[in-house]
Amino acid sequence: MSSTTQKIAKDKKGWFVDMMTSTIGRKVLMALTGIFLCLFLIIHLIGNLQLLKNDGGTAFNEYAHFMGSNPLIQTVSILNFTFIILHIVYSIILTRMNMQARPRKYAYSKPAANSNWRSRKMMALGSIILIFLIVHLVYFWGKMKLTHYGLVEEGVLVKKFGTTDQLHLYDLVNAAFSDIIMVVLYVVSMIALAFHLSHGFQSAFQTFGLNHVKYTPLIKTVGYAFAILIPLGYALIPIIMFATK
Amino acid sequence: MQLDSKVPEGPLAEKWNKHKFDIKLVNPANKRKYDVIVVGTGLAGGAAAASLAELGYNVKAFCFQDSPRRAHSIAAQGGINAAKNYQNDGDSVFRLFYDTVKGGDYRSREANVHRLAEVSVNIIDQCVAQGVPFAREYGGLLDNRSFGGAQVSRTFYARGQTGQQLLLGAYSALSRQVDSGKVKMYTRSEMLDLVMVDGKARGIVVRNLINGEIESHSAHAVLLCTGGYGNVFFLSTNAMGSNATAAWRAHRKGALFANPCYTQIHPTCIPVSGGHQSKLTLMSESLRNDGRVWVPRTKELAEKVRSGQLKANDIKEADRDYYLETKYPAFGNLVPRDVASRNAKMACDDGRGVNKEGQAVFLDFRDAIKRDGKDLISAKYGNLFQMYHKITDENPYEVPMKIYPAVHYTMGGLWVDYNLMTTVPGCYALGEANFSDHGANRLGASALMQGLADGYFVIPYTIGDYLARMPYDKVATDHPEFKKAEQEVKDRIAKFVGKSEGTKTVDEFHKELGKIMWEYCGMARNTEGLTKAKKMIQELRADFHKNVKVSGGDKEFNQTLEKVMRVADFMELGELMVDDALNRSESCGGHFREESQTDEGEAKRKDDEFSYVAAWEYKGENQQAELHKEALEFENVKLTQRSYK
Amino acid sequence: MNLTLQIWRQNKPDINNNGNYQNGEGKMTEYKVADISPDMSFLEMLDELNEDLLKKGDDPVAFDHDCREGICGMCSLYINGQPHGPESGTTACQLHMRSFKDGDTIYIEPWRAKAFPVVKDLVVNRSSFDRIMQAGGYVSVNTGVTVDANEIPVAKTIADEAFNMAACIGCGACVAACKNASAMLFVSAKVSQLSLLPQGKAERKKRVERMVAQMDEEGFGACTNTGACSAECPKDIPLSSIARMNREYFEAKITSNNV
Repeated sequence: MSSTTQKIAKDKKGWFVDMMTSTIGRKVLMALTGIFLCLFLIIHLIGNLQLLKNDGGTAFNEYAHFMGSNPLIQTVSILNFTFIILHIVYSIILTRMNMQARPRKYAYSKPAANSNWRSRKMMALGSIILIFLIVHLVYFWGKMKLTHYGLVEEGVLVKKFGTTDQLHLYDLVNAAFSDIIMVVLYVVSMIALAFHLSHGFQSAFQTFGLNHVKYTPLIKTVGYAFAILIPLGYALIPIIMFATK
Repeated sequence: MQLDSKVPEGPLAEKWNKHKFDIKLVNPANKRKYDVIVVGTGLAGGAAAASLAELGYNVKAFCFQDSPRRAHSIAAQGGINAAKNYQNDGDSVFRLFYDTVKGGDYRSREANVHRLAEVSVNIIDQCVAQGVPFAREYGGLLDNRSFGGAQVSRTFYARGQTGQQLLLGAYSALSRQVDSGKVKMYTRSEMLDLVMVDGKARGIVVRNLINGEIESHSAHAVLLCTGGYGNVFFLSTNAMGSNATAAWRAHRKGALFANPCYTQIHPTCIPVSGGHQSKLTLMSESLRNDGRVWVPRTKELAEKVRSGQLKANDIKEADRDYYLETKYPAFGNLVPRDVASRNAKMACDDGRGVNKEGQAVFLDFRDAIKRDGKDLISAKYGNLFQMYHKITDENPYEVPMKIYPAVHYTMGGLWVDYNLMTTVPGCYALGEANFSDHGANRLGASALMQGLADGYFVIPYTIGDYLARMPYDKVATDHPEFKKAEQEVKDRIAKFVGKSEGTKTVDEFHKELGKIMWEYCGMARNTEGLTKAKKMIQELRADFHKNVKVSGGDKEFNQTLEKVMRVADFMELGELMVDDALNRSESCGGHFREESQTDEGEAKRKDDEFSYVAAWEYKGENQQAELHKEALEFENVKLTQRSYK
Repeated sequence: MNLTLQIWRQNKPDINNNGNYQNGEGKMTEYKVADISPDMSFLEMLDELNEDLLKKGDDPVAFDHDCREGICGMCSLYINGQPHGPESGTTACQLHMRSFKDGDTIYIEPWRAKAFPVVKDLVVNRSSFDRIMQAGGYVSVNTGVTVDANEIPVAKTIADEAFNMAACIGCGACVAACKNASAMLFVSAKVSQLSLLPQGKAERKKRVERMVAQMDEEGFGACTNTGACSAECPKDIPLSSIARMNREYFEAKITSNNV
């Protein structure tokens, strides 16, 4: 047995762990979680669009209630959080690993000649989205979650939210989006998301090994459409709400 | 010294089979008791190292490059011949044998050539099994193309990168053996001497090119698969690192050097563009399948082309001299390399050259593109056209290529017997490093065939015959002979290290040597020029040892030092080439003596006088080498004046 | 033309005495070259510089090169921020000075990757590539097969695609170009070639498992699908080869008997 073979044999921790800790395995995990989060983005957007219904927030609140109480959704949301965390943790591991693979940087480099910046800046774009996510969670989800339970009586949503009796989720969102700074931050984050998706969506398929002369152009088109339409849908809501307040 | 070629008795077609039966075998269990050193990892070396390791021998393989995959076999473009007769066009082992002997102008050993033709078919099988992606037809079967010097299509190819694909095949087989632990691979290690113990080759001394350490390696046999010596000319199609040091050092230790004057000048290379040129680029001669070679009919027209007043495409059909087609109607543009080269030289000497320097002829694809369409031509030669475009900034789809002959291959090399053993017991030479199969001229697509034949299918048998007679005992590398050789190497290096006061660089000396060789020992040679060249080389060599400038130390990565060691050996080998060219006052194949030509200016052999292999024995520094002759006997082909008309 | 060169000079290798990676000391150094002909190749321009340096008694710049016709894969220069320089589908040795203008400043660096430690100046050690090939870049067939080459037909399209993958020259430009110093394009080219051809099918699972394991062992980064490798590859190996390797890898991991 040569040195090569020995080295490979020595590091064996069982096929599954080997697979998932290999460079390819880690990438596939990133892709899998990423694609799941894309699905989540669609569901979440459908909900958010309820905000635009001119009913004083009834539809949206009902939606929020449904999402917050349905056991199936609850399970999926746990999965969703797990995936978000995995996506983040793996991205940190991979980025560290990738940085270690080049201990000395080039003195002069022209990466724009061979690749587009959004593909190289996934970590930076992702970080913006992460910050957004934290703010978003603290602001909406956190406030809602921390105070929501116990206020539902016999399936009827009591219009009592948080410490003030008047507040419900629609009002919370409406209040937030009447602040121009919040709107701008939201829109900027959605732009970051758009770029993140424009590479991430098609990249995931490549990672899964789905690259074919016939289908790859389609995947790319769908990817770009997704990367534009979804963040655009999200971004329009605060803009409209701000404009029509 | 009596040269014994050890060619087996019996009818030509049965010699190899009979020999395989007659020679001794090493018991499978005993093979692991023998160590074999393989120097060079090209087609011959890579194939030999892998095959011997598969048999069970312990192999140590060496290359000066950073990886065995970079040996210069990789640059071969056109293809590899094999007598498969897949095209049903009348090919056979005997025809390949016959074409090769004839192409070599009857200066090769019949038995070796026949063996080469026999195993050629196995090579293709072997390479396909390794996953070499040869070109295929739509039905899924292998495709063939025709090549110079043959009237059948027997050349297998992988686009214009056949050498690369075959080498990567051998490299993969080698890699597999490295993984299995049967081959120990030493990269960036250059062999600087052969070590002899009790009259047998028992090891080598190498310099580790990374840290400059001098290391010894011991074995039961040493295989030199180190390629040719075309870089004596400085400008050649060889890689920059290709060198003759290993072969030359073996020569100095007693291995005779055969036919050093047989060099092949390849007709289709990109012409020299200036004094800065470091190497020449070959365009596969497969281009001659579809390209037509021509020059303007008159000097006046050529002059206009040279000065840029007239464009090639504007020259009328009647004013174009397709000299190969006119002169050799049967073979046309597909005449053997030496004939094509010499005719290009004659056209240019006649004042009809077409580039600024007047040292180029046209290779025109206009008619082929008209006939077959651009797509088909692009599919066949796309990468070559692209390469030409990159180097010259001219688009060969639109204007004819300009080509000129350049040194490409050396048919001469270490003398070997039928078993590929040199005159030093236990020291073998394979591939281009030996002299055996191509005579005075090599046919296209035969170098890959020979390298792989030697490595895959000859040496694995013949080495057993020698090893079976050897005791298992290993020689330790602290043996006095190893220590002596190491010391000699260190002394040689010490002579150059620290010569920072020199007046001229290694490259300057090398260029001068190349100029002398090209001028007097190139495409056409004569007594006067060769005599002059011999003296010039001797003077240059003396000057070189006195005035060459070398920077850096010996215990470090030092490319100047690597170069100076190689050029020092070229300086000695160059003189031997001239000696050999002087001695052989006939013309044959790539060796054209102006004194010996037919009325039509074709090479004229003198079979009565020169039907022999000239094998030279080293007699000491600055001493005249001694000539030994191995008579060539032809029992199966009739010697005729080669004619491609 | 006259040019200013900024060249990485490094005397001590990146591998310390214990055999571990450690950035060796080095810096970008400025040189001037004059009267450069546009017909020169890039390496011939460096030859000229080295002749000048040698004559002045300075240490010439060490750089790897051999065939100078774009096929051996030895040359490995990061020129003006790109592997093998600005021309696509071209190795440094086939790059000509007509791609530059009089007065230009040209930056020349070695490939930079942990798995490609610098030996000296612009010379790096790429033996990690050899070790990956040793881990499985072959078909296990001993010399002397008796199967006729035409016994197994291979569709022309498959043979051609396998050839496209096999065209890799192992130069390492893909690693040099990748922001993660990933070797996926190199590894996937060999994996793809041998998984496409019928001859390579028998070992395809073991091959991809071992080659990827060795690739990771060598310290190359992971692929983030930027496409830089393929864009800079002098032999235009396509990104689809990496997709194929991913596919092959998972299929092998999930279905092979290798636990």
